[in-house]
Amino acid sequence: MSPSRKPSKTSRRSVYHRPVSLVNKPTHFCPGCGHGTAHKLIAEVLDSLKIREKTIGVAPVGCAVMAYYYLNCDISEAAHGRTPAVATGIKRCLPDRIVFSYQGDGDLAAIGMAETIHAANRGENITVIFVNNSVYGMTGGQMAPTTLSGQKTVTSPCGRDARTMGSPIRVCELLNTLDAPWHIERVALDSPAGIRKTRKALLTAFKGQMEGKGYSLIEILSPCPIHMRLSPMEAVRFVKEGMIPAFPLGVFRMGGKPAV
Amino acid sequence: MSPKVYSLAIDRERCKGCELCVDFCPRTVLALSPKLNSRGQHYAFVTAPANCIGCAQCSDICPDAAIEIDEGVPSHA
Amino acid sequence: MRKRVLMNGNDAIGEGAIRAGCDAYFGYPITPQNELTSYMANHMQAHGRVFIQAESEVAAVNMVFGAAVTGRRAMTSSSSPGISLKQEGLSYLAAAELPSVIVNVQRGGPGLGNIAPSQSDYFQATKGGGHGDYHLIVLAPYTVQEMHDFTINAFALADRYRNPVMLLTDGRLGQMMEPLTLYSGLPHKIPPKPWALTGARGRKPNHIRSLLLEEGALEQRNLHLQAKYKTIMNELVGYDEYLTHDATVLVVAYGSSARIARGAVDQARAKGVKAGLLRPITLWPFPRARIRQLARKVHGILVVEMSAGQMIEDVQLSAGDRIPIAFEGRMGGGIPEESAVVRAMQRLAKSSPRSARK
Repeated sequence: MSPSRKPSKTSRRSVYHRPVSLVNKPTHFCPGCGHGTAHKLIAEVLDSLKIREKTIGVAPVGCAVMAYYYLNCDISEAAHGRTPAVATGIKRCLPDRIVFSYQGDGDLAAIGMAETIHAANRGENITVIFVNNSVYGMTGGQMAPTTLSGQKTVTSPCGRDARTMGSPIRVCELLNTLDAPWHIERVALDSPAGIRKTRKALLTAFKGQMEGKGYSLIEILSPCPIHMRLSPMEAVRFVKEGMIPAFPLGVFRMGGKPAV
Repeated sequence: MSPKVYSLAIDRERCKGCELCVDFCPRTVLALSPKLNSRGQHYAFVTAPANCIGCAQCSDICPDAAIEIDEGVPSHA
Repeated sequence: MRKRVLMNGNDAIGEGAIRAGCDAYFGYPITPQNELTSYMANHMQAHGRVFIQAESEVAAVNMVFGAAVTGRRAMTSSSSPGISLKQEGLSYLAAAELPSVIVNVQRGGPGLGNIAPSQSDYFQATKGGGHGDYHLIVLAPYTVQEMHDFTINAFALADRYRNPVMLLTDGRLGQMMEPLTLYSGLPHKIPPKPWALTGARGRKPNHIRSLLLEEGALEQRNLHLQAKYKTIMNELVGYDEYLTHDATVLVVAYGSSARIARGAVDQARAKGVKAGLLRPITLWPFPRARIRQLARKVHGILVVEMSAGQMIEDVQLSAGDRIPIAFEGRMGGGIPEESAVVRAMQRLAKSSPRSARK
């Protein structure tokens, strides 16, 4: 593995270097997987806010279950869906630490929906990072609460049929009906510009937690090439052209009031 | 004033050959190598370093943080 | 000056937790333990501690997980159906070796059951209602005083062994009022917890996990847990005895059943049956050795439990098959009557082969 390259002696400045908060280890994520990008962005934010040493993350069950291999901070596992409850326990006991939960579709919006809504409703001062890639990756590509109508998955082989399988759940909109959340935003890893917006959203969310502002949720629309059955580039295009229309991007809540 | 120069380093073991950097680079700086890394994956490499404008779209889009970019004349130029 | 008060069992547990230094309590309403949840709601914040009424029993036990990973003392409570909900969480707490206290104020089951007391969660508590090879330390109080004292001990044991500890009680004890002396000491000192998640300043990051996919890693974790459980079995067995020194009929009972059995022992003695009571205090680890010892000299054992007969299996395993082992119990929230227990002892005394040989 080649080491992280330091600027050579005649360089003037670093444009991009791998963050210290990212462990220098190749990940198990599939080629083109959005989790890799999301992990990278979180690490960048921990570095730039200098909070790595006071951050405690809670990992989900799902492809990101091994977040502790890649993020260079204290990390706890949680039972499937219970991540916000575990994060609540941590934050209430250590209110001056920065606590985030990182979850996928099933963890946050299926089995963990109650924990998601109630942590938001209590206004827990945590940052919830929701990676929405429209499928259950780890277990082989089953339908998720966020699977699009008509989308074919392992458990909706003929396409998601709203009559028997429901329609995609829009978590940001759902949580936006609650009084307590401070920051609710949906972004997408659909392009470098989308990635920069995601980075900015995460920075704002973590900064807000540092300032004691309250609950933040950043929903990140993300490619899953293998289970979308697309190449990495096609999967990114699917995020842009297929997912964004179903999950509109934007800031739903900033400063404790609905923005829309 | 001479234009800025950028040097890229791609960690071939972190790279999984997803080609997103190749696709998103606006200046065809990058390409997928026919060679394999130790995990059996083709990796991206810098094929036209002089074209690089330091836009960092590649390092942004890379899911594996495999690309690092510095501005300035590299010592081995 | 040690304070003597009149309290119900549930409140006594709550006050015990607070005096033990419980940092965080997470609960959800369910009868017959609601007094405990509201006691904590009323008192925890005044002491600067954390109280949350969670959205479910599932969420509550996972909040305990979160508090415990930070090294703090955390507790949850519920009653039978709610404890069923917590089983996944208990398996995780045991697997990750997180000190924690869980109170089960048992009610009639199975299913939604009723709100009357029962002891039909013995199997769930001692054999593991959650998945995998693990054990909870299980304590069984039988007075309001013990409800209080055992709660304080539970926190110390949880920290000493890095294990979840369950207080297994029932709705009758939870809601009865008795005088007790409140604990007036300091909370047991929290041992250093270098494994806790507090932010990786000045050290490598800590991880709390029970997913161990690497070759052989989970087996190693299990071997470590089994070694710990063996240590606990050697060090921690607790029981109380009443008139066992010359008993020919041994009654084995815990909690509310032990209260009834104790009265029945006195009545039986008055009727000429030499009865004695062994009251397990730790249901896990179970007092196997002492029961095996007593089984060598008594003529029969009567197990009393508010169930279809759960602890009796552990008594049978401990005592062997040389003497009759009988059961007296009530199911579905019923409470055995003292007179019925006395009659059961008399039947046992009459029918036992050892009595006949005498």
